[in-house]
Amino acid sequence: MVDQSIAGPVKVMDASEGDRSGRARAVILLLCLGLAVAVLLSLTLGASDASAVNVLRDRLFGAVPSDTALSARDSLIVYDIRLPRVILGMLVGAALAVCGAVMQGLFRNPLADPGLIGVSAGSSLGAVAIIVLGGTILAPMTALLGTFGLPLAAFSGGLVATLVLCQVATRQGRTSVATMLLAGIALGALAMALTGILIFMADDRQLRDLTFWSLGSLGGATWAKIGSVGPIIILALAAMPFLARGLNALALGEATAGHLGIPVQRLKYTAIVGVSAAVGASVAVSGGIGFVGIVVPHLLRLLIGPDNRYLLPASALLGASLLLLADAVARTIVAPAELPIGIVTAISGAPFFLWILLRKRGVVDL
Amino acid sequence: MFRWRLGANASSAASISTRGRAKWWQSSAPTAPGKTTFLRALSGELAYTGCIALNGRDLSEMKPVEIAVQRAVLPQATTLSFPFTVREVVKLGLVGGRSGVLPGEDARLPERALARVDLDGFAGRFYQELSGGEQQRVQLARVLCQVWAPVLDGKPRYLFLDEPVSSLDIKHQLIIMNIARDFARRGGGVIAILHDLNLTAMYADRIFVMHRGGLAANGSPKDVLSDDLIEKVFDCRLRVGALPAGNMPFVLPQSSA
Repeated sequence: MVDQSIAGPVKVMDASEGDRSGRARAVILLLCLGLAVAVLLSLTLGASDASAVNVLRDRLFGAVPSDTALSARDSLIVYDIRLPRVILGMLVGAALAVCGAVMQGLFRNPLADPGLIGVSAGSSLGAVAIIVLGGTILAPMTALLGTFGLPLAAFSGGLVATLVLCQVATRQGRTSVATMLLAGIALGALAMALTGILIFMADDRQLRDLTFWSLGSLGGATWAKIGSVGPIIILALAAMPFLARGLNALALGEATAGHLGIPVQRLKYTAIVGVSAAVGASVAVSGGIGFVGIVVPHLLRLLIGPDNRYLLPASALLGASLLLLADAVARTIVAPAELPIGIVTAISGAPFFLWILLRKRGVVDL
Repeated sequence: MFRWRLGANASSAASISTRGRAKWWQSSAPTAPGKTTFLRALSGELAYTGCIALNGRDLSEMKPVEIAVQRAVLPQATTLSFPFTVREVVKLGLVGGRSGVLPGEDARLPERALARVDLDGFAGRFYQELSGGEQQRVQLARVLCQVWAPVLDGKPRYLFLDEPVSSLDIKHQLIIMNIARDFARRGGGVIAILHDLNLTAMYADRIFVMHRGGLAANGSPKDVLSDDLIEKVFDCRLRVGALPAGNMPFVLPQSSA
């Protein structure tokens, strides 16, 4: 995955020692450019040879070069197939990366990730429950909530998982890493078992809907889906920057953050609700896409430091870019068929995770 | 004026009220639960029964950010989970409270605070790479940033220090204690937990001796530090003010010029 900002380390003369805010701003600027490149690339790549450049030129300037025949088919492919997919990819990538960063700040641990500690599994359970039981037991819910039923169910599942996790892993303001990871494994296994029961009950049509949950895919992107999960993700992401200063203080421990004037309990619950909403919405629409939440914030911390005021926006940008690139790989590598994007992120993310564990040996007290 | 009354579970309903500004108190006791528990209740971290008032306002009725303006707390040790630089850690002191300096000067405060704790030139280092004593001084610099001006809006502000010199060499012990005394002289208040009786005698205006979760004695160093009290509290027969035999060297902080 080639993102310019990672390939070339940024050299910025710091005005004062130990102050990485100038460098962080430069990196964020580069990440904006990187995202723009990734978006253009994603709009252009695909099984068909529809040219996004021509379509865009047509829409923006109304000037079609005489030698290119811009067909309605190209326009359709770019606007109704690729564009929703790109927007969804950006939303999901940004949500997963930012949620990873926030959870790591919350648990004071660089290994916390919604996918690893059972939050995504909880969300999947909620989503699968709606898909399988939506026509029978949960029919009143689907009738009442319409297209928001799926993301809301996923949100609820994620929220329950996160609250249980907080209760189990945090004692007197200290989070035990071992307890957190083990409790996450247990929660994930439980959620997956319950999901398994639901899948067992599902009929053939539902089974096809369910297949992609286990692997994750942006394949089903439509404007309607963006309409139902977009507002939730955007709202949750918009709230996160307000938590940045509090999360910074939380790095010193809950007690010390409190001494500094941070309302710690409120911060924790806002973060948990926000993370559950964004992860829930992402899972509802694209299934379980792993490792984005752990790889992106970790890379950025190496580059610009752990200050959440810069880490959160940078994570959103890099998460969006990387997921678009992963999706581009997933779409083209076995074209005209398509690889689930979760496989791409896991193949590149899992070794990275192991590398973090190797480097951190001794620091992470497991 | 700063009054506190405390009846936490750990202490046997110690009830003390103190008046007066510009005081600097220390509590001293053999290692046992009580002192830190007391300080944690005092900083609003622990549930307690009774009443703790900060500048005339009940602690339980104040918001965290209001309390943060009135007092700063230095814990015994602070571990960090992410690779923050020293400057970034010290700057966290400015997160919630009001340093009390002119608006434009906040940006330079971390450097000034680091210079005060004798960590000039450490701003760019990573906190996790420092020794325990250096980390403790970085945390003190952070705490100083939070309440840089000892008096704000005409009211004194307070430093709560939990064993601030426990892992420091004698030079830095004296530097830290002088910072604390200076803070008190300029109108603020300092409550510190110390184990070193000599430092306590040298710097404290008032000593509270805690024993078995309760208050064993309180008053000026001269009144409190007696052979009887030390034997009762520390279970050691020691004599206050006795010089060692002829050729035995000894060094007291009081001899510092």
